Amino acid sequence: MSKSFSGGIHPAYNKAMTAEIPIADMPLPDKVRLPLSQHIGAPCKPLVAKGDTVAMGQKIADSDSFVSAPIHASVAGEVVLVDDQAIEIKTDKEKSRFSGAAQSYNNQGELRQIIREAGIVGLGGATFPTHVKVTPPEGVTIHTFMINGAECEPFLTTDHRVMLEQGQEMIAGSKLLMEACGAEKTIIGIEKNKPDAIEHMSKLIADEPAFAVTGVQVKYPQGWEKQLIKSLVGQEVPDKGLPLDLGIVMNNVATAVAVHRAVEYGEPLLNRVVTVSGSGINKPQNVRAPLGTSVADLVEFCGGLKPEAAKIIDGGPMMGRALSTLDTPITKGTSGILVFNRDEVHLFSEDPCIRCASCVDACPSRLLPNYLALYVKREMLDEAEEINLMSCIECGCCSYVCPSKIPLVHYFQRGKQEINARNRNQ
Amino acid sequence: MDFVSDILIPVASLAGLGLIFGALLAVANKVFMVKVDKRVADISEVLPGINCGACGYPSCSAFAEAVAAGKAPVNGCVPGRAEVAEKVGDIMGVEAEADERFVAKLACRGTEDVARDKLEYYGAADCRSAMLIEGGPKACAYGCMGLGTCVEVCPFGAITMGEEGLPLFEDELCNGCRRCFKACPKDVIRMVSVNAEVDVACNNHDKGAAVLKACKVGCIACGKCVKVCPEDAIEMVDNLAVIDYHKCTNCGACIEACPTNAIVRLSPVI
Repeated sequence: MSKSFSGGIHPAYNKAMTAEIPIADMPLPDKVRLPLSQHIGAPCKPLVAKGDTVAMGQKIADSDSFVSAPIHASVAGEVVLVDDQAIEIKTDKEKSRFSGAAQSYNNQGELRQIIREAGIVGLGGATFPTHVKVTPPEGVTIHTFMINGAECEPFLTTDHRVMLEQGQEMIAGSKLLMEACGAEKTIIGIEKNKPDAIEHMSKLIADEPAFAVTGVQVKYPQGWEKQLIKSLVGQEVPDKGLPLDLGIVMNNVATAVAVHRAVEYGEPLLNRVVTVSGSGINKPQNVRAPLGTSVADLVEFCGGLKPEAAKIIDGGPMMGRALSTLDTPITKGTSGILVFNRDEVHLFSEDPCIRCASCVDACPSRLLPNYLALYVKREMLDEAEEINLMSCIECGCCSYVCPSKIPLVHYFQRGKQEINARNRNQ
Repeated sequence: MDFVSDILIPVASLAGLGLIFGALLAVANKVFMVKVDKRVADISEVLPGINCGACGYPSCSAFAEAVAAGKAPVNGCVPGRAEVAEKVGDIMGVEAEADERFVAKLACRGTEDVARDKLEYYGAADCRSAMLIEGGPKACAYGCMGLGTCVEVCPFGAITMGEEGLPLFEDELCNGCRRCFKACPKDVIRMVSVNAEVDVACNNHDKGAAVLKACKVGCIACGKCVKVCPEDAIEMVDNLAVIDYHKCTNCGACIEACPTNAIVRLSPVI
């Protein structure tokens, strides 16, 4: 019996399109647009003004808030726009070379500070600032560090490729993160549909007694933090709790690589690996793109769109969001850009709920999606909150299995937003 | 059979118990009496009973209690209009002044043929959900999306979805409860006095060029209406014409002047 969690679904994975192709480095675009909020937490305030010349890797926005992460210029050049949403930089390709030096530190605090200054956030897509994650509150001891290499979203293969190509850097980064949070051992969790990655990682850690690699069942949403912890150690993170409550900290594969680079080369987060895939793209592949690159430039680099292309998704097909314009920047949280043809995009309208409870079986958080949707539709927010609407992770399993094609998660997003707005006003 | 022990004693003891309990009840009635304002029941009787909340109280009976306690005005029931106000006034023994009646109006004329869509929307058929997807399918960020949340919340059936993708408001059925006004995530529904005959049917606060890119019938803030208005009743607020109904004489000069037909004449409400 494979290591797993309750609920979940088995969508078509469609990873073969990009899994075998090495990561391509994208040339610098002519212009980058860097949003001021690329992370969970307080948005940054610009440190530069229009007309300023910035160097590659220069910090251009920061915040005083603890839960936040600074933003760096991903290219060198001239700042052409600063507003309350983003900073735009016109690239000077001649000068765009990053130079930095290895960072030294004497204690955990300084190491965490290096991570913060590098602007590193969870690169799996949740974009939670990493320095916050590795800073356990007073009285909490972390014993285990985990690397999330599950990558359960269909189509996406960024973590898979990073593990194969930058495995050594990932191990080095994991050691740093282990040190930063005070853990004694590291468990790397990888879904069993990536046997080459499991094998490669096992080889790399052969001489590392503190490390272990565990293959987990291929099931969506295996890569969700709480579900993967359940699969790896059999313990459940309490509702509304954090992995910290179990003495665990988990980070994504690419995050560990970024931490390694921040310490080893003094390099802040300047780029990320994005899976560009789907039937509507000419050359599906993984691309290392500078942050702030527009989706249009990225698509162009991958051979452009096919004429039948109809829908573009930022993220994975389960949790990503559809884009209405290609003029959208790649941010720290963009794990994939997927393009689908018209005949693959299912357009349907909602039918009445037939009370089959498929969604209840599929929900990995063990909620009652059918009742949650009913309550949100009827504006019964108190009742929805009572049956834990706020614990929904918006993974989309319920919407996926619903025979009536009810866009359940869409209702939950609205309900959560309304509850948050109401709680703010109170 | 013994007449005394089998019949007389039981009858007498039962009658005695009855007397004792009766007396207890009589005393309890006096001592624990709760004063009920009969007017509350009477007012509840004449109210519409739809619990719309327009009066500011959570239900019709809560409003009735407030009126009886003198906390709410007798004409506070919005959907009840003058008729109910008069009845409530009779019960309370005061003269009910009829308030100005307001009906809900859509401040948007962006039908499918004139307002551009920026994306095809196939999510939950509900305006508040659609707002989560880049602020809805329409290119105009202020206009009606036409997904019918107002139609759903209207307790009077006064709103129906028109063929051109915008809701139609039936003035006669509208009782001014403001439910649609509160539910609309675009704030494109306005409460307009029934006496008003002219209305700016646009909600777009962008500059002219941006408006025209999204919609052919939007207010482009050109200011022609402000200039032609003989009563100085129109003001340009945040790139949108706003009519001051205290000054407006319904002359219609602005309707003639508006180049995009964003100002419309309202049909009189009975």
